[in-house]
Parts: sequence; structure tokens; C-alpha cells
Amino acid sequence: MTLTSKTATELQALLQKGEVTAKEITEATLQTIEQREEKIHAFIHVAKEEATKRAEQLDQEASNTRGSLFGVPIGIKDNIVTKDMTTTCASKMLEDFVPVYNATAIDKLEAAGAINMGKLNMDEFAMGSTTETSYFGNTLNPWNTDYVPGGSSGGSAAAVAAGEVPLSLGSDTGGSVRQPAAFCGIVGMKPTYGRISRFGLTAFASSLDQIGTLSRTVEDNALLLSVIAGEDDNDSSSSAKAVPDFTAALTGDINGLKVAVPTPYLGEGVDAEIATAVREAITVLESLGAVCEEVELPHIQYAPTTYYVISSSEAQSNLSRFDGLRYGYHTENAENLEQAYFRTRQEGFGDEVKKRIIFGTYAMSADHHEDLYVRAQKTRTLIAQDFDTVFEKYDVVIGPTTATTAFKLGETGGDQLVHYANDVLAVPANLTGRPALSVPCGFVNELPVGLQIMGKHFDEETLYKVAHAYEQATDFHKRTPSIQEGK
Amino acid sequence: MTTFSNEDVKYFADFVRIGLSEEDKEKFSAQIADLIESVSNLKEVDVTDVKPMTHPVAMINVLREDEPKDILDREVMLASAEDQEDGLIKVPDIL
Repeated sequence: MTLTSKTATELQALLQKGEVTAKEITEATLQTIEQREEKIHAFIHVAKEEATKRAEQLDQEASNTRGSLFGVPIGIKDNIVTKDMTTTCASKMLEDFVPVYNATAIDKLEAAGAINMGKLNMDEFAMGSTTETSYFGNTLNPWNTDYVPGGSSGGSAAAVAAGEVPLSLGSDTGGSVRQPAAFCGIVGMKPTYGRISRFGLTAFASSLDQIGTLSRTVEDNALLLSVIAGEDDNDSSSSAKAVPDFTAALTGDINGLKVAVPTPYLGEGVDAEIATAVREAITVLESLGAVCEEVELPHIQYAPTTYYVISSSEAQSNLSRFDGLRYGYHTENAENLEQAYFRTRQEGFGDEVKKRIIFGTYAMSADHHEDLYVRAQKTRTLIAQDFDTVFEKYDVVIGPTTATTAFKLGETGGDQLVHYANDVLAVPANLTGRPALSVPCGFVNELPVGLQIMGKHFDEETLYKVAHAYEQATDFHKRTPSIQEGK
Repeated sequence: MTTFSNEDVKYFADFVRIGLSEEDKEKFSAQIADLIESVSNLKEVDVTDVKPMTHPVAMINVLREDEPKDILDREVMLASAEDQEDGLIKVPDIL
């Protein structure tokens, strides 16, 4: 077994015992990344020099002051700012942008001893679900490179699935951590809104955005969230709730757990084979003592359109900061300030971003504000109430993470319906602020399928407990794509 | 069938300072018409007496002491700007 096929938890044990150094792990990781990148292109920037230097410094640290991620390599989605390291949001607009501060999550990772291996590919400004809208080209799915890794955190999921890094950070505004985790056969968590500081996460839709964690095992994911969660003076929407050691929740005991399965989650629009995989997962949970029942969610069919309106409306405001003057891309073709704004934004943003900004402006305009934006916010209330009612009786809500397995490259361009079926599953966690994770639960045509577990606000512990119990009772997490054997 | 003309595209893009080619207008008018069509199902929802949800987790008045803190150095921040003069960001002619 090579160093890079080990989990963060396994690497930690080796480091603690002094059987391996941070430098050895970093060298092995860089070598693996170099070999596999030509096949999957998960990284926008590989931080070779920075990581090597950091590993050397870490190895000098006294063993009694080492943090819980000491020496563990991690990759960072390229919309999370990293001091002195480019942060592009996969956009021409920020192609050469070098931030002058760290996101809070990055500061916490550094304090815990993690080693940032570089910045991961994504859909431009996190707008997309395939990683195809990246200015820097596609990332490919490690299980089959004819397919997308999902998105928008496609690089984050592909790098972990391919064994380049054991951990990565992504961001999830409407499924952007969970969907690629499902498409790439790994674990992806979107915690409760406010659980992780958003300071330094480039804003897309501020009432929906949340940093998320990706890993190959549930245990690693719980370890990572324990490090980066918590209140932050720099983000007033971050929660003051105490952060538990999430790994302590992995007891394996889910006897008596009350599980709700929304009827629409296994109905129309969801591939039959995926529904079958989820039904089998329900049987596994029942064999472990869980009680599963079907429930209704009367407004769930409106979740995708509610999301389109709210996310685009918030995006048009958030992305107004890209003016070409203070930082980022600046047009060469302007004679005055007005032209500079228009041309910078014309030349700097890609099509998907422009489309959403213009649609968001329409939805927020005086003529349409009540009928679209406010109406979507009211519908959001109704969707949230549906879930509140379910969670009065149940501990978790489960279903598929996605309605289909990974799309073929270039396949989904205009197919709104495919996205609609996926969005019904993905966006409710963001609209309601609830935590949700995806854990591998099968394969269809050699492509991974994810089981989604959604929970009560700030109850990530139960999600990890259920996902861990399920993972340990099944073998799906033990399968690896052939790229990990160097094929 | 929802229509969203090339002029509509320009009208809304102007508010957010996005320049467009003729080709862009054509492309976005079709795509945004589709989007408007797809979100029209929100009209079916009975939202009578429903309050809008503006925040996913209820929070009220997050306050802190009004004390100055060390922040980033001005020169360091200005280094990201395209152009600067006397400690200020320099912009192209306004008129």
C-alpha cells in the first residue's frame, strides 16, 4: 500500500509513531499528483514549492505541539482565498489574482498542521454542475475519463477519488460538494449554514453558500470538519455553537434511528437503478436497527426554481465587486471608467456567469421583484416548513444524492430536465440551511452512486454516525478507480 | 412561450455593467427566456400570508464591541489594484 492511498487518519497514526515524515508524505503526494493530473486535471495550481517548504518546517516541530492534521495533504477549491497563492475561481476575471489574506478555514487548517497541496478546479465562480464552465478546462472523472466529475467542486472530488490527496475543501451553494462526491464515489459533507466561517470563501449566493469537506472515508471527513468548524469574528453568520469532536460520534450504533424517505426522492426523474441502490441502502440501515418510513414533502417540486431565482439574485449583487479596478482582470480597451467596467466584465466573465447575473438582475428588477424574488423567498419558507415538520418526527431524511450517475462530457449542456431532477435532491439542504452528506452506496455501469443523508440543524454528528455505520456495513468505499493502480 | 428579446438582454445587462456582442445577446435571450419559463411554476404556489425567508438559520442582532483592530496593510492591499497613486486607487477618466 502506497502512502498516497492511505486515509488522513492512517497517515496521522504513522506520523505520530514517527514511521514517516511530513516531507516523505509530501514528496509521495506531489509525485502522485504529477502522474495522475495528465489524466484528470483536478488542479489549477499545484503548490509544489510551498508544500515542500511547509513539510520541512513541520518536521522541525516538537511532537507534542502537533495538530490533528499534522502533515496531512489537502487540496483547496479555488474559490477559497489562500494568502500569496493564486485564487482564480476558475475565471479569467481572477486568473492572476493573489490574495493578501487567508480564509478562516485555511488559517485553521494551517494551525492544525495540514499541508496545502494546491488549488482545485471548479465551475467558474461555482456556477455549474460539471466543472465544464472552468476557464482552465474540464476536470475528468477518475472512474471513467469520458465522464464529468460533477461540480461545481469537481476538482475537489476528482483529486480525492483519484488518490491525489486524502482530503479537500469544496463549497456547496446548491449541491456543489455532495453531487461531485456522489459522481466520484467519495464522502462529501455540506455542514449546517454557519457551521464553518465563510470568511474568505468567494461569495456566490450568500444565504446558501457553505464550505464543505470531501474525503474517501466518513472518519476522515469528521476529522476535517472538527478542525475547520466554529465561530469567527470575521463572519457574523458563523455559529457560536460549540464544535464537538465529530469523530467521537462514529459509534456504529444506529439502533432505533428514525429515518424519513421522501416519496418523491425515489420517484419520477430518478434513474431506476439509482432508486434500487438507495432501496438496498435502506435495507442495510434497517438491518442495523433503523426504522425507515416514507414521508411527503408537498412543496419539494418548487425547490429548483426557488433556488434558481434566489441564487441568481444574490449572485448578481455579489459579483458586482469585480470591477477591474481594485483587483483581478482589467481590460486594456477602455477610454473612460464606464467603458472599463463594461469591457472588464464582458472580457473577464464566462457565459454561464453572465447569464446568471443578467437573469438575477431581471429577477430583482422593480417589475419582477415581487413576482420572482419575493415569491421565491416565500416559497423557500414553505419548503423549510415541510422539512421542519418531517424533522419533528425523524432524525434524518435520506434519498439519492443525484438522480443520475455522472454525465458524459459535453452531454448536459441544454438539458434543463436532467438538472431539474438532480436539483430537487440537491438544493433543499441549502434552502433550509440543513446539513447533508453523500456517502457511496453503489455503482451503475461502473460509475458511483451516492446516498444522501440530511439532518437537523447543527446535528452533523448524527449524519456522521449514520454514514459511518452504513459505510462499515458495506464495501463500496473500498473500491477505487483503476487510475489509483496507475492504469 | 416566454420571450426575452435581445433588447431585454441589453437593458438588464446595462444595469450590471456587462458589455455584450450581438452574438451574446442572441444566445442569452434564448437561454434567459428558457429560465424565465422554467421559474414560472412559482406562480402556482399559494404564498398568501407566508413570510419571506431571508436567512437559512434564524439569527438576531449579531453584535460586537466597536473596537478598532489591526487589519491589512494599505500598501499590501493596493498592490492588487491595476493602478494607484498617492495611496489611492487610480481609475480611468470619469468624464
